[in-house]
Amino acid sequence: MLTAALVLGALLAIAAVVFVARPLLRGGADEALETPDEAEQRRLALAEERDRALAALKELEFDHRTGKVSDDDYRVLVGELRRAAANALRALDPGTPEGDVRDRP
Amino acid sequence: MPELGRAALVVCFGLASYAVVAGFAGAHLRRRRLALSAQNALVAAFVSVAVAAGVLLAALVRSDFSFTYVSSFTSRDLPLTYKITALWGGQEGSLLLWLLVLTGYGAAAVLLDRKAGRELVAWVVPVLGIVAAFFSLLVVFVASPFKTQLAPDDGLGLNTSLQSPYMQAHPPMLYLGYVGLTVPFAFAMGALLSGRTDERWIVATRRWTLAAWMFLGIGQLLGAKWAYEEVGWGGYYAWDPVENAALMPWLAATAFLHSVMVQEKKGMLKIWNMLLVVLAFSLSLFGTFLTRSGVLNSIHSFTEGSIGPWFLGFICFVVAGSLLLVFRRLPLLRSRTKLESLASREATFLYNNLLLVALCLTILWGVTYPLLKEALTGESVTVGRPWYDFFLRAFGLPLLLLMGIGPLVAWRRASVRSLARTFLWPVALALVAGGSLIAAGAGSSIPGLIAYTFSAFVAATIVLEFARGTAARRALSREPIPVALAQLVARNRRRYGGYVVHGAIVLLAIGIAGSSAYDTSRSARLAPGQALKLRDYTLVYRGLRSTQAQNATETRATIDVYRGGDRIATMHPGKNSYPVEQQVSNEVAIRSDWLTGEDLFLITEQVNRNGTIDFKAIINPLVNLIWLAGIVFLLGSLVALWPDAREERRLAVRYGRLPQEA
Repeated sequence: MLTAALVLGALLAIAAVVFVARPLLRGGADEALETPDEAEQRRLALAEERDRALAALKELEFDHRTGKVSDDDYRVLVGELRRAAANALRALDPGTPEGDVRDRP
Repeated sequence: MPELGRAALVVCFGLASYAVVAGFAGAHLRRRRLALSAQNALVAAFVSVAVAAGVLLAALVRSDFSFTYVSSFTSRDLPLTYKITALWGGQEGSLLLWLLVLTGYGAAAVLLDRKAGRELVAWVVPVLGIVAAFFSLLVVFVASPFKTQLAPDDGLGLNTSLQSPYMQAHPPMLYLGYVGLTVPFAFAMGALLSGRTDERWIVATRRWTLAAWMFLGIGQLLGAKWAYEEVGWGGYYAWDPVENAALMPWLAATAFLHSVMVQEKKGMLKIWNMLLVVLAFSLSLFGTFLTRSGVLNSIHSFTEGSIGPWFLGFICFVVAGSLLLVFRRLPLLRSRTKLESLASREATFLYNNLLLVALCLTILWGVTYPLLKEALTGESVTVGRPWYDFFLRAFGLPLLLLMGIGPLVAWRRASVRSLARTFLWPVALALVAGGSLIAAGAGSSIPGLIAYTFSAFVAATIVLEFARGTAARRALSREPIPVALAQLVARNRRRYGGYVVHGAIVLLAIGIAGSSAYDTSRSARLAPGQALKLRDYTLVYRGLRSTQAQNATETRATIDVYRGGDRIATMHPGKNSYPVEQQVSNEVAIRSDWLTGEDLFLITEQVNRNGTIDFKAIINPLVNLIWLAGIVFLLGSLVALWPDAREERRLAVRYGRLPQEA
């Protein structure tokens, strides 16, 4: 029983070592981890900004429809949010015209 | 085969240690293969622990008493299901389960969340590795479940209070919750270490946090049900330090689940969210320390162990290390946006967070003060129910009110006119409910009355939110009401799942207020034929009988229950005597009225030699709403957890895995 247990333990250890070492045993040089450069980080920050602005617009529309936001408040807020979304979209893609924001989901 | 178990744990310790070293090296040096190798080590560690757990489980099922653990927590007569659940009946087994769940979560998280970005995951792996290495070190060197001995004829048996179906589910659920909080912690630390403090770590851990929080909540409710039916004093929560130990991380995680929405919507509260994740994880470690170190004289503290100093050291390391990291990354965590108005959705989330954290820290102080006092002065003190009840009312009732206010207030800012319009119906309904309750004589308990009135307000808010949302959708789509409702929920799962959870909290509040503020009880010594009157019930004691079960002698009193002259039930409260464990347990009898939510709860406190019994009867109004709340809570959590294909696609576009739609 002891021998069987030790053999099984050794097999487990060997299997674990093989599994762990597998990525290191592939041929060729180790590739670098994909790390986003500054431009990519900026793009990501702007994409988050864009999504936030679009989600806020969607939320505002819904709150307006459900009566949580009055017509007066809606008019003030929607303008601010559309500007914020347009700015984020333009920063992401300088060719985006302002009107596009209204048609986004 | 204890040697195989031991070997598997040693392998796990080696793998976890490798995951730490190779993980940090791979992430720091930006070597992709080294990082992948560390990730594989985490996956292999899970397999190793599963082998070890399998060995222990097999020994428990076979009653192999050469394992010290098996003989300490089982006996030959113990039913098979309890032999299996004895896996978490003792300290060593519990730590093994912790490690199994941890490595399982870790492996699943790094494999499923690879899309969160290899760079982030590369830093997450060594953080998970540190926690896994700590727990595997404990089970290898400090509290091994594979210690052996010369096998005795029989074992010592399982603590009788653990021999309950609820105890089969309560600890694993709690562990799934406690350990699950490691995932958001590891991703948060990974984000700080990599310097990538954008929203990816939040997106990657959203479901893990929600799942851990759900398990922790369900685990606590199962524990409450266990206490109610098994411990037999008529209550379900005694502010026991170990019960509090599970409540605290749940409160911190609840705060995080709300405040993280503010970060997602407004880009605010980044530092606060990091601190909440650290708090929730540290409290989950602290909870395990309280339960397993033997530092507490509690019904839950089944063990006197030597792991206490190890745990304290690790908790200090985690808290100090994570705070240092947060401090170093402060410039990256500062938000550019500010709170626009004190009357906005984000402001209500902030108030809710302050109250939740205040409640959490108050409970923490109540738990730690007696420990600190005893350690420093040798004087033993207790922080009792009045302390906790006071703060539960002081913070819990405003929290309940905020739960109704939050959904009615718009993001960014709300004008007085829109607030007046949205609040009109819920406030009116709450006032009507409060007035009706006073008229019905429920004014005897002011906190109870306030809780009911606030609950009515929240319930009205939830119903209105669903009704207004469905109506708004129908105005555009012309769908039939059920379709519109289903589509509304399907497209906003987190919001409407959250509202269902709010509904569960309302049921919980009503159940707690009803059963604690309006309960009635009477005690008496009864001889056969004598009766006890309690409210409209007449309880007649008929006599005693004893039967022999598999591992216990069961003594039961026969009580006929009459109401309005009719016999409506016969109940059998009594005691079980366990010869192997040399313990006697209280076996209460409960009659639930599902129409009113009320329980008639009978306890045979003592069986006397002359055939009389010391008997106690309690009426717990509305207590069943607490258990119903558990089901609703689970349902709401599952709705919020369910994957949303549209959201996944939006995130894939954001992170550049899918092209932007034209």
